[in-house]
Amino acid sequence: MAILSRRRFLKIGAGAGAAATLGSRAPSWAGDFFGPARPGDRLERVPTYCDLCFWKCAAIATTRNGRLWKIEGNPEDPLSRGRLCPRGTGGVGAYYDTDRLRTPLVRRRNRGEDEWVEVTWDEALGEIAGRLQRLKAEHGPEALAFFSHGIGGNFLKHTFKAFGTPNLVAPSYAQCRGPRDVGFQLTFGEDVATPERTDIANARCLVLLGSHLGENMHNSQVQEFADAVGAGASVIVADPRFSVAAGKAKHYLPIKPGTDLALLLAWMNVLVGEGLYDREFVAAHGHGFEAFAAAIAPWTPEWAFPVTGLEPAAIRETAREMARHRPATLVHPGRHVTWYGDDAQRSRAIALVNALLGSWGRRGGFFFPASFEVPKYPYPPYPHAGRPPVDNPDGRYPFADLGLTNGIREATLSGRPYPIKAWFVYATNLLQALPNQEETLRAIQALDLMVVVDVVPSEIAGWADVVLPESVYLERYDDLNTEAFREPFVSLRQPVVESPDDQRPNWWIARELALRLGLEAWYPWRTVEEYLEARLAPAGLSLAELKRRGVVVGPHRPITVEEGHALEFPTPSGKVEFWSNQLAEHGFDPVPRYTPHPEPPPGYFRLLFGRAPVHTFSRTQTNPLLAEAMPENEVWINADVVRRSGLANGDAVRLVNQDGVESAPIRIKATERIRTDCVYLVHGFGHTAKGLRRTVGRGASDAQLITRYAVDPLMGGTGMNVNFVTLRAGAGKEA
Amino acid sequence: MARFGMVIDTARCVGCMDCVIACKTENQVPEGFHRDWITTEVSGRFPTLSMEIRTERCNHCDEPPCVTCCPTGASHVEEFGRIVLVNHEQCIGCKACLASCPYDARFVHPDGYADKCTFCIHRVEAGQDPACVAVCPTRCMHFGDLDDPQSEVSRLLQSRRHHALLPEAGTRPRIFYLS
Repeated sequence: MAILSRRRFLKIGAGAGAAATLGSRAPSWAGDFFGPARPGDRLERVPTYCDLCFWKCAAIATTRNGRLWKIEGNPEDPLSRGRLCPRGTGGVGAYYDTDRLRTPLVRRRNRGEDEWVEVTWDEALGEIAGRLQRLKAEHGPEALAFFSHGIGGNFLKHTFKAFGTPNLVAPSYAQCRGPRDVGFQLTFGEDVATPERTDIANARCLVLLGSHLGENMHNSQVQEFADAVGAGASVIVADPRFSVAAGKAKHYLPIKPGTDLALLLAWMNVLVGEGLYDREFVAAHGHGFEAFAAAIAPWTPEWAFPVTGLEPAAIRETAREMARHRPATLVHPGRHVTWYGDDAQRSRAIALVNALLGSWGRRGGFFFPASFEVPKYPYPPYPHAGRPPVDNPDGRYPFADLGLTNGIREATLSGRPYPIKAWFVYATNLLQALPNQEETLRAIQALDLMVVVDVVPSEIAGWADVVLPESVYLERYDDLNTEAFREPFVSLRQPVVESPDDQRPNWWIARELALRLGLEAWYPWRTVEEYLEARLAPAGLSLAELKRRGVVVGPHRPITVEEGHALEFPTPSGKVEFWSNQLAEHGFDPVPRYTPHPEPPPGYFRLLFGRAPVHTFSRTQTNPLLAEAMPENEVWINADVVRRSGLANGDAVRLVNQDGVESAPIRIKATERIRTDCVYLVHGFGHTAKGLRRTVGRGASDAQLITRYAVDPLMGGTGMNVNFVTLRAGAGKEA
Repeated sequence: MARFGMVIDTARCVGCMDCVIACKTENQVPEGFHRDWITTEVSGRFPTLSMEIRTERCNHCDEPPCVTCCPTGASHVEEFGRIVLVNHEQCIGCKACLASCPYDARFVHPDGYADKCTFCIHRVEAGQDPACVAVCPTRCMHFGDLDDPQSEVSRLLQSRRHHALLPEAGTRPRIFYLS
């Protein structure tokens, strides 16, 4: 009856001439903006590029009567090819998110109490600048560390380079893809980069090791994966979990977690032992192949059987399948690869299998990406840092080529090799990104100052002294995107709508802070439009053109050997390093070796985590559209295990790790799709920050349970799949 | 007059829900409701499993029980493409159609009328694909005239193995899944 009365109300409202959009009683994820499009609506399309993840797809946002309506892919964009992923489509929700930070905040009392005083931008920036100047005077500019994620950090990074600190880090290295890029550099002299140089679309055989494309929604890769599957490519998946990709595989290998390196060694053993590798490629471009072949001789499929749990016949058959399709066989390098602490060597093993298959530089393998040449802004040189970066003292991790977040944390705690007294954090929720939250919190407590720039009141913002609310990507300009890919391109992010409250774009924050720090010389431009014009003009482009088109694509250049690109290997030997003298010189295995990893004690399961297509890290859970699509995570447990434990699908349990750390309640997904020795959950849930009202208390956080981590001796990455959990039943939702 | 339908390639679909979210924004579907959804069907025992992931919605049946059971005529088959629609003004929210639909494709909109997928008729009339089809990053969805033997959907049905959902319900659904 209530429904009928509402309809009566509506009819009356409509009769009185009120717009139906205003009369609706429907709960909307878009504030008071509601109702389907009507003839005569004023539509405006504004090109920009997405910020829901680091892929940076070019998009076109549509406003209706001045209000943000929808976002679609830009058809001219080589990354999105006109189609966004679900997060990009749901980017509308980032703007309408009711949990957004609205105004600058200064901590009221103790750190971490999440109690704030609202202040003006002038007060907030004045406070930060004053404290940074005192820090510089007392400890030197190097005592400031900058943590960031994504292209939005560019202007702040510029400010802090001008300030004089070399301590600029991002979790995307030591907590994500760093080991992969080191493993490939050691082998081919070049890394896989981002977006990855993988020619998935043309692969005839695609091999995925724990890399769950389709759940990991890197747009171009997922599109190409569908193309490859559609074209009948042979997919081989090794994963302890029957992933979405496994559902499309010709060969699914239910590998025991932590043994991927053993499988890779056995594959190499078969490829070499049966003479299936690309002899021509190896003869022309290989360095140290004979020594390599001798080193891998012991790693037979029979040896790998009890290690991996995979039948020797299956290992041989999949190796032969890879060889049948070479060089169009792509053993995917993955992206989030910080698993066990020997990740750079495992990534090198992936590089070596690809080398045996001759897929480097080839169609269906790894292409040579092309980028649009847009010169950097002609800034004055940065001051020479007085001290080297603090994160990797004495080159402890000799192959680390970017800063280590965990190294900064360690130096903050120890004060060695010199003290770190301030953290400035941009768009990365360090409490969910770094392993061992307790270490992070102790480091924060040791600081004189922590500033966080974010769009929502994340956990890390809750521990800050000053919180600066950033405009979401739909409200701001950012730096140009010129990532190298299949085609050279340049794309623009520009405002579609105005910020609803007192949020400001990062370029403005970076510049205003710099002016207060006396760094005017590094900000010769006054507005970001001036900066963008100055960068675009030497490339023969204009801001007006970019604003109109969103993306400009340059002429195609050869990106594969087939298209005429030369093979070059910028390694010390100038060749593909099957045997690595660099590694030998530093006391590491010149050819990867398998070392067993500790296994879960009885009653415990290895904790694995991954991605869902509708969320990015821990930063999208309050987006109303994405939260509705996936409001919480579940813990995947093998259905037999659930039955034997007297539990049932949908029951709430707590996960308790080997150190006694207990998670929030999480519902069980009892499934055939996972082994019995591990459990799996999607990263990014289990939020504890009270300002994240839409998501706080929903699901569990893997990051909380990752108290242990295994540091990669080559490059300092933190292997995080080394924690074990048991189930504590009867965990009803807390009152 | 066309007879619109969809052909969905489950081999390509990864179940990412882009179709679901695009529908929400395109049609401003209120919070808590959705016109399309993802179903994942798993069979077998680990590790010998098979899995089909499907994007599902109103099947715009040739024999739509939601239309025949509607007491006011609000549920109807329109002329342009035989799309099953609901006239909001005529609907009294009695839910007979919700009960009659074998696919559970309908819900009562908070404003009091039965709501569901419209095949984005406002887009289709303008020569565009429905929003879900247009955004799909795996390009697993195809939309077109099932009566036109030259259409992409007809050609796919002629050349690929396919199935529909609950054919035993006798409603003659017009969404087909390639396997």
